Amino acid sequence: MQSSIVAMVLAGGQGTRLGVLTDDIAKPAVPFGGKYRIIDFALSNCVNSGIYKVGVLTQYKPHKLNAHIGIGRPWDLDRKGGGVTVLQPYTYESGKAWFKGTADALYENLDYLDKTNPKYVLVLSGDHIYGMDYMDMLTFHISKHAKASCACMNVPLNETYRFGIMVTDISKRIVEFQEKPQHAKSTLASLGIYIFNWDYLREALIQDAKDESSSHDFGKDIIPKMVEDKDDLYAFEYEGYWRDVGTIYSYWESNLELIQSIPQLNLYNDSWRFYTRTEEMPPAFFGKESVCTNSLVSEGCEIHGVLNKSILFQGVQVGKGSIIKDSIILTGVKIGDGVEISNAVIAENSEIGSGTRIGVGDFAENEENPGVYNSQISVIGYNTNIPENAIIGKNCVIHSDVNQDSTDNWHVQSGRCIR
Amino acid sequence: MKVLGLIFAGGRGENLGLLTTKRASAALPVAGKYRMIDFTMSNMVASDIRRVGVLTQYSPRSLIDHLGSGKEWDLDRKHGGLALLQPYMAINNKYWYRGTGDAIHQNMTFLRRSDEDYVLMASGDHIYSFNYSDMFNYHFSKGADVTFLYKELDDTYNLSEYGQIETDEDGRVIQFVEKPSENVSNKAFLGIYFLNKHLLMDLLYNTIPQSEGYDILLDVLIPNLNKLRFYAYKFDGYWRNTKKGVDEYFKINMDLLNDEIRKQLFYTGNTVHTKLKDLPSPKCTGTAHVENSIVSDGCIISGRVINSIVSRGVQIKAGAVVENSIIMQDTVIEEGAHVKYSIFDKECNIRTEKRLIGRKDDLLVFEKGSVI
Repeated sequence: MQSSIVAMVLAGGQGTRLGVLTDDIAKPAVPFGGKYRIIDFALSNCVNSGIYKVGVLTQYKPHKLNAHIGIGRPWDLDRKGGGVTVLQPYTYESGKAWFKGTADALYENLDYLDKTNPKYVLVLSGDHIYGMDYMDMLTFHISKHAKASCACMNVPLNETYRFGIMVTDISKRIVEFQEKPQHAKSTLASLGIYIFNWDYLREALIQDAKDESSSHDFGKDIIPKMVEDKDDLYAFEYEGYWRDVGTIYSYWESNLELIQSIPQLNLYNDSWRFYTRTEEMPPAFFGKESVCTNSLVSEGCEIHGVLNKSILFQGVQVGKGSIIKDSIILTGVKIGDGVEISNAVIAENSEIGSGTRIGVGDFAENEENPGVYNSQISVIGYNTNIPENAIIGKNCVIHSDVNQDSTDNWHVQSGRCIR
Repeated sequence: MKVLGLIFAGGRGENLGLLTTKRASAALPVAGKYRMIDFTMSNMVASDIRRVGVLTQYSPRSLIDHLGSGKEWDLDRKHGGLALLQPYMAINNKYWYRGTGDAIHQNMTFLRRSDEDYVLMASGDHIYSFNYSDMFNYHFSKGADVTFLYKELDDTYNLSEYGQIETDEDGRVIQFVEKPSENVSNKAFLGIYFLNKHLLMDLLYNTIPQSEGYDILLDVLIPNLNKLRFYAYKFDGYWRNTKKGVDEYFKINMDLLNDEIRKQLFYTGNTVHTKLKDLPSPKCTGTAHVENSIVSDGCIISGRVINSIVSRGVQIKAGAVVENSIIMQDTVIEEGAHVKYSIFDKECNIRTEKRLIGRKDDLLVFEKGSVI
């Protein structure tokens, strides 16, 4: 059964609402949970489900993602037959280039799919955090004699406006689709995980490509058209952990959920391991003056300060007397002595000078992009260099590659941005 | 110039007692996530050695499982790569490896067929970070036939447990004494040799078949000390041999809590590769207290951990206290247990409220799978 299905992972999105975190990398490459990147969850789910033919569709700033996936070795996807194939946009005689939407991305790779010649195609997003056995969904799909199935999850009624909502009949057949509705008729939200019969999908993609009014998107065009045409589309109900870490706040919150004593996302399950590619580093070291509670501390870390409710990725150094709470510190960040950080996300390879305080003062609306930066959380971009004794307020943004010469005033008020 | 690596990993390390009942000393877990052999393997690949033979004999299962195809060291190769050389039976051979020299002699085909012209021989149970290229350059600049690696030992070592060499002003070895009752020099030979492969093969062909002894050093090389040019290259970094005993093994692990030593072994030198386990980052819960300790992936710490080395997948529950101890993979220390100066092998279970207090000079050692 597994060899008759190919997974297509959509990994080309920018994830604009993650702000500076996706300045240089696509959303699926954003680090998560101490040592992973977001796409690790979709890829691990594939191999744990026994799916070893995986196409990864990239577009937005793919370098980190390409390097991360490589030939797929960490996921056992370096295979003679199948394995992982990174599918990037390409040009042909008429000069056409970028993927116009998720459906177009698959349409442009019809050759790849024809050559693989699957019976079923699993379409996934590389942006989501969850552990799901796709074989359960395929079994459901086959048992319903469906042309397509869509994984759905019940969400609270007051959150239905954020999702595509599926209305089903008693046999789980989808009879109506509401995109981000004000008045939802159901609480079944689409998770953006689809299984199609390949012969059906192939035809639908060709028709969609011809349709000039279409935005060539699965959620906006292909699925609504199926519902409209009353094709056999079924809702597979998934119960379990699933997160779209689409915003800075949800990114921060989902990371911190991992420090609960029994987190909903089980990273410790021997039979459902999440794989990733990481630097090889020695285990974490805790110094004589370290105090560490409710935190994850990854390999290569050297901790001499105080941590509470924080996630530290690989190779983070925390100096003496520093206090870090409610924060996400990504790989290779060096924090000096006597630093105080609260409610912050600090991106890779940044250096925070001694005596600096981050996350102080009162909340203020962000001056640059209040749509993206709208919580207490301050975000420090990649490869920044914050000088000693700086003060950075709440809801601030320090863009990537900022150094001490980028501004004269390192008393950054809440809501301010430094470029 | 291409160099073939040979690693001696067949010994038990009798002084290690319970820790090596079911594994060779080269497979002994160390520093939280590593096994002893990782250091020599990683040093070799960092020195551009692309073909490595590992000589195994005593209880090799865990070692073989650990090394696998050699892919963690980039040694899963079409050309070269990792070769596990185990004792075998043949029509003209009915012996186990009778010594290190015999072990190589029995694998002469491996030497003959490899296209490397030089051989680096090293032990699989030493911990150090070194790029052997410096030693190769020294060998050629001195026009040596055989080059030894040595270290001047300070008084934290028991000198009489080591083979000692004396050199002339040029660095040429003029005397070698194995573990003398009276020390002749503080220059300890580290069991690491570099020489021409064809010379090694000649020496083995000429000695092993007629010999009473089968040791590469004492029976094959040293008898030629005056005939050939033996030189010694000095190693200045951190180096320890775990075979010396349980106390030495404990000291090695505790040494890793020292910033300088940790830096030298892991951050300034070669990357140390090991088998990956794909475990999540360790978690400290609300009741955790971790002080001067190393904690590996997959651990969940709710108790107090002080001056200890904690391997992968260990659970230390609330109210448990772990002091000055080594906790190997997947061991569970239950609520309220108190352990001190103890070494727990893999998969031990220390039950609630149990007290296991050793002393620095009288360590408690618990076998794999102990339930206490």
